[in-house]
Amino acid sequence: MNIAICGYGAGNVRSVEIAFRRLGAEITDDVGAADLAVLPGVGSARAAMAGLRERGHDVALRERFDEGRPIFGICLGLQLALDWTEEDGGVDGLGLVPGRSSRLREGRVPRMGWAEVDDRGAFYFAHSYAAETPHATAWSEGVVAEARFGSFFGCQFHPEKSGALGSLYLEEALSLSRV
Amino acid sequence: MGDPVELGAAYSDAGADELVFLDIKATLADRPTLVELVKRVAERLAIPFTVGGGVRSADDAERLLQAGADKVGVNSAALARPELITELAERLGSQAVVVAIDAEGGRVRSHAGTISAGRDATEWAREAEQRGAGEILLTSIDADGTREGYDLQLTAAVAGAVSLPVIASGGAGNARHVADALGVAQAALLASILHENPQRLASLRDEVRELGVPVR
Repeated sequence: MNIAICGYGAGNVRSVEIAFRRLGAEITDDVGAADLAVLPGVGSARAAMAGLRERGHDVALRERFDEGRPIFGICLGLQLALDWTEEDGGVDGLGLVPGRSSRLREGRVPRMGWAEVDDRGAFYFAHSYAAETPHATAWSEGVVAEARFGSFFGCQFHPEKSGALGSLYLEEALSLSRV
Repeated sequence: MGDPVELGAAYSDAGADELVFLDIKATLADRPTLVELVKRVAERLAIPFTVGGGVRSADDAERLLQAGADKVGVNSAALARPELITELAERLGSQAVVVAIDAEGGRVRSHAGTISAGRDATEWAREAEQRGAGEILLTSIDADGTREGYDLQLTAAVAGAVSLPVIASGGAGNARHVADALGVAQAALLASILHENPQRLASLRDEVRELGVPVR
C-alpha cells in the first residue's frame, strides 16, 4: 500500500510519514499513482495553496478526485479541499468538497488540545479555522471534525498526533483506500 | 536523568497528552545536535511535540519542524525581538508557535530567569497574542521546583488577559495541584516530579481524573 503526501514546502509532514510507515505503508512521490494521496495539515492557507500549485498537486488531486480515487485531508488539508477559506484574507481552495472554512468565533483560538469527537474518544486538535459543509460526518464540541464527499475524506484533528486512537483512525483510512 | 529519547517514548506510552523539550543550554554550536535529537524523539511519538531553546529565527524553527517537532517554543529571542513571533506565525501558522514566559513576582525574566525583562507578564502575554502567538507557556519562577502547587494567581491573571490557550508550568507536586491548575489554565506542564519516576504519570492522570477534571 503506498501513499503520497502532498507537501507544500512548510512545516512538519514527518509526523504523518512516520505514522503511516508504522502502519506498513510506503511513501511515494507520485501523487497521481499512489493508492492514497494525503493532504497534510500544516502552515497556513495562502502559502499552502501556492505550494500545492507550484508542485502541480492541485491538478493531480483534481484528477484523482474526478476518477474517484481516494484523497485524505488532515486539518488544513480538510479546509483546502473546500471551495474557500477565510484565512489569510480569503483564499480559494481546491473546490473538491462543497463548503468553506471560517475562523472560530468561540472559545480560545487557536483551539488547541485533546477533545472528544462524537462518541469515538478524544483526538488532538490545533486549529483557528473550521469547515462549514453539508458533508460533515463527525463533530467535536460543535466544530466539524470530519467530512466526506466523493473520494475525499478529511478530519480536522491530527490523527498522527492522537496516540493510539489516532493510529487506529489512520489504519481505517488505509483500509478504506485499499480497493 | 537519562536518555531524552527513551524518556520521551516512556511518557508517550504512559499517556502524556503532549511532550515539551526545552534545550536549556541552547548554544548555536549545539543546534545540529538538537535537530538530530528531535528526529530521534519524533520517531517514537504519536503525541504533539513542542521544542524550544535558542530559537532565534523562522529558519531555526522550520528546521525543528522539519525534523519532527509540531510546535516551536520561543522565549528570550521573542523578548529581544517581538517581530520574531509574527515571522514564525506567518511561516508556520500560529498553532505551531508557543511563546514561553518566565515570571517572578508577576514580572518577566529572560535567559533562564537570569535577566529582568523589565515588563509585566500579563502585558507581555497580550503583546505576544497580538503578534501571532498560538499558545502561552507560563512558568512561575516563584513556584518552580517547590512542588507546593502552581502559581494560580499569576496563571489566572495571564489566562484572563489573553484569548489564547495558556499552559501552566512550575510547582506541580501532586494531582490536586494539577487539577487546580487546569481550573485556570488550558494545560498543565509537569517536569521534575515525573522525570525521577516516569511511571508516576499514569497514576497521576488517574488521580486527576478522579478529582473530576476531564482527562483523556
